[in-house]
Amino acid sequence: MIIEPLIAICIIIGLVFSALGIFGLIRFPDVYTRLHAETKATTFGSIFIGLAVILYALFRWDDAGEGISLAAHVLIGIIILMVTNATGSHAIARAAYKSGQKPDPSVTDALADVEP
Amino acid sequence: MILLFPEPFEICVLVLAVLILVALYRLVAGPTSPDRVVALDAINTLVVGIMFALGVIFRENIFVDVAILYAVLSFIGTIYYAWYIGGRYT
Repeated sequence: MIIEPLIAICIIIGLVFSALGIFGLIRFPDVYTRLHAETKATTFGSIFIGLAVILYALFRWDDAGEGISLAAHVLIGIIILMVTNATGSHAIARAAYKSGQKPDPSVTDALADVEP
Repeated sequence: MILLFPEPFEICVLVLAVLILVALYRLVAGPTSPDRVVALDAINTLVVGIMFALGVIFRENIFVDVAILYAVLSFIGTIYYAWYIGGRYT
């Protein structure tokens, strides 16, 4: 069937993007670039792993009703993950700026003109 | 089990666990405290992905419910760390 390659592709996309996010978390020079690499890539990877679970639960589960229930729960989890990770990363960036840490390799700081 | 399933989900859990171990390096050795919060946020997101896959491996819905609750609680923890580091108000 077409479902198994689709699930495998979703899992591979999720794992590759999670690995890229962790690679950026290890390799980038300061906290803003680490946040930029980690948050988006890791959230994208977890969303695609959730999509793979949804496909498996909808089409390859033994009990159909239980599979639909699992897919709905994973969908709710994905929505919560999207909302909370974006908001949390914004809060971390603002807290890092408020704590006095400047972007290290950059040459301008446009936020310093707006916000003292 | 039906042909090669659900082994891909087990491989997925293994790879994500290795990635969590790699992210622990930044959690331990990060030079400043925002770095450690960023690493903790990454680990929380990967744990939610692991719980999604474990729900398929063990055939239990309860893992996904725990994943939803874990996502909300990790968000609250991140917000409190941000308050602690950067101050609550402008």
